[in-house]
This record gives sequence, structure tokens and C-alpha cells, in this order.
Amino acid sequence: MKTRILGIVALAAVALATYVALAVVPADLNQGDAQRIMYPHVASAWLAYLSFGVTALAGIGWLWRRDLRFDSVAVAGAEIGVIFTAFAIWGGMMWGRPIWGVYWQWEDPRLTTTALLLALYVGYLLLRRLTDDPDRRATRAAIVGIVAAVDIPIVHFSVEWWRGLHQTATIASPDRVLNPAAPMVFVGTLLGMVAALTLAWAYLMIRRYQLAEAELGREERARIERLVSSRPITTSGEVAR
Amino acid sequence: MSALRGEARVALAICRKDALAELRGRHATVSTLFFAAVVLLLFGFALGPDSARLAAAAPGLLWLAVVFAGILAMGRLHLLETDDGALEQLALYPVARRAIYAGKALAGFVAMLLLALLVLGAVGVLFAVDVASAWAPLLATTVLGALGVAAVGTFYAGVTVRLRAREVMLPLLMLPVLAPLLLGAVKATSVALAGDPFGELGAWLQLMLAFDVVMTVAGAATYGFLLED
Repeated sequence: MKTRILGIVALAAVALATYVALAVVPADLNQGDAQRIMYPHVASAWLAYLSFGVTALAGIGWLWRRDLRFDSVAVAGAEIGVIFTAFAIWGGMMWGRPIWGVYWQWEDPRLTTTALLLALYVGYLLLRRLTDDPDRRATRAAIVGIVAAVDIPIVHFSVEWWRGLHQTATIASPDRVLNPAAPMVFVGTLLGMVAALTLAWAYLMIRRYQLAEAELGREERARIERLVSSRPITTSGEVAR
Repeated sequence: MSALRGEARVALAICRKDALAELRGRHATVSTLFFAAVVLLLFGFALGPDSARLAAAAPGLLWLAVVFAGILAMGRLHLLETDDGALEQLALYPVARRAIYAGKALAGFVAMLLLALLVLGAVGVLFAVDVASAWAPLLATTVLGALGVAAVGTFYAGVTVRLRAREVMLPLLMLPVLAPLLLGAVKATSVALAGDPFGELGAWLQLMLAFDVVMTVAGAATYGFLLED
């Protein structure tokens, strides 16, 4: 019931923030309406990083306490993080087309970093699907999730350098709006969108966690049934040892 | 101190075991070396025959060939351990898990270094790049690049070795993680070949070194969980 209330509040907050971003805040002088994409775009990027941080911490939790509930948190973080990452990339491309003239701009370190991030965590999710045993899946996923999180800052710095070691950014990036010089109304709208989408994120995390717990319960029952009927276990992914 | 010496001895023993198995069976090096050569040849077809363009693309082609072949080599090196429950035996040794990781990674490093140096020579010949003129920075780049591929490869080969879909999963997991290393290695190679006009070489080598250190520490810290799983 509490989760449902959170969901309703989150939905209303996202609707309100979307309305403000689309209709209340004035369009940017230089970028026009395209700049409005920035509000959900920046918020999604923040939530993607938050999700992957949660996945890494939950991975550490599993390795430390061996409680499968940590793994349910980890899978929720990774899956929701992948969705927000994809949304951030999509928004960035929709913004890039009118502003840069191209969907994909190799000069932008955030775009390329985010694309690598997506690849890292899609791999993480695929690895999970290929492992049947819950404990083993949790262990493999935990260490891959930890190493991926460790890799994120290195990826970010390397791409930042790669773009040009002696060159400052010449292209306006969405985050320019976050400069102290940006009008308060833009900053306020962005913060409102971040808060609203973070509420939605919390709701999704709780629901995905509950789903993961339910899946674990079903897997457990199926395993007991198989043991009882003593049929050979041949599910996907695992080479018999 | 003596505990550390003991771990180093364990690592060296595991490395020797892998090297011996490799010398006798040649699972990892010979086939992957030819694979790298074929990749270089196909890069030539894809981008050539304009030799100026090939020379300009050479650092990228070099490291892509090394990384692709390296993924195969690291997978092969770990596959040895699936025969006759060798990995389980390895897990039973009463030694620190990080020493086992260090040994496997060291063996991978030696194989990768050999592979990368031979591919570097092949790139010099095929794409008319003067690798001898900048041998010292190129050697440093090769050592750091080989170390990074080995550190990451040992870890991910351990993750995927028991999966049926390991041929797909190993590159899928490894390649995005290796991206910063690839980027640093390509940049270091190209500035080294250009004579380092802006003095950037040190920064790229530092980036590679930082990657190697972080990934080796992460691999050593987590590899034990893989052995127990």
C-alpha cells in the first residue's frame, strides 16, 4: 500500500515536472525548445549512475553477508540503470540532432562514456541470464558489477582526455545550463525534474526488487519439484561439472 | 614480508605451469597469433590500398588486433583449467586466492606481451610504419597494454569459463571494460610514432598504468570468489 502511494505521488510529480519543463519555463535563447530535452536527460543520467552505484554496493553486500536479498537489489539497480542509460542516450541524440546537426558526436565525452556504460551493464544482465544457480549467479554478477563500477571513472577520464588533451570544450553541452550563470528558473526546473524522476526511480526499484524476490521463490520451488521428480536438470547456460 | 614472498612463489609456480602447458600444447599463442595476422590483413583490405591512410590508422589497427587476439588467448588460457576438474584442484590449494590470480595473470601477461610484440612487428612491415625509431616508448606501451589485457582477461575468463556461451560472453564483457586501455594504447602509440611533439606520451602511459593497477587490484580482490563459486 505504501509502495502504491509512492507510485502515485511519483507519477503526479513526473507529470507536474514534465508540464513545467514543457510549458512553463521559457525556451532557451540559443537552443530553442530542444533545450527542454535537457531536463529529463540530465535527470536520467544521474539516476543511471545512482542505479549502478546501488548495484555495486549490493554486490559487495552479497559477497559479505551471503543474503540473496542483496542480489535482488543488485538486479533491480542494473536493469533500471540500463533503462535510464538508454533513455539518457536517446535524449542526448534527440537533442544533438537539432543542435549539433548529428545524432552522434564523438567529440562529446559524456555521450561516448554513456554508450560504454550501456554496453557494460547489458553484458552484466546477459551474464545473469546465463547462470541458473542463484548463489553462483549472485556471485558472478556481484564481482562483474563491482569491476564495472570501478571502470566507470577510468572510462570517463580517458574519454575526456582522448577528445583532446590540450583542448577545451568548444561545443555547448547540456550541462552548461548548470553553470552558476544559468537563470534560476532553469536550475529550479531541472532540480524539480531530478526530484520527480528520483521518486519514480525509487518506486521502480522497490517493484523490481519485489519481482526479483518472487522470481527467486519460484526458482526455489521449481528446483525442489525437480529434485522430487528427479528429472535431469538441463537448463540453459551451465556446463555440467 | 615472508608471506608476500610465499605468495610470489605460488604465483610463479602457477605461471610456470601455464607456460609449460602452453609450450607443450600451444593452445593459446600460435592460433591467436595467426588470428591477429588475418585481422591485420583484413584491416588492410577494408581500409587500403592507400598506404598513407593505412599508416595513419596503424596504431588503432595494431591495438584492435592485439585486443581481439588477446580475448581469444585469455579464453584459451583459462579453458585449460576446465579439463579434468583442474580449476577445482586449483581452488583446493591452501594458498591465498590473489596469488592464484597473480599467477594466471602473469602467464597471460607473458603470452600477451609476446603476441603484442609480434603484432607490432607485423604492423611495422605491413603498414610501412617505422616502429624501430620509437622502440622505447612503443615497448613501454606494449608492456602496459599487455598487462592490462591480461589483468582484465584473467578476471573475465574466470567469470565466463563455465558458461556454455563463453565465446560470446567473454568479448562482450571484456571489450567495454578495456575501452580506456585501448584508447590510451592507441594514443600512446600514435604520439610515440609521431615523435611526441606535444609531450603527451607520459600522460597516456600514466593512464594505462592507472588502468592496469586498478584492474589488477580489483581482479586480485575478487578472483577468490570465482574459484569458490
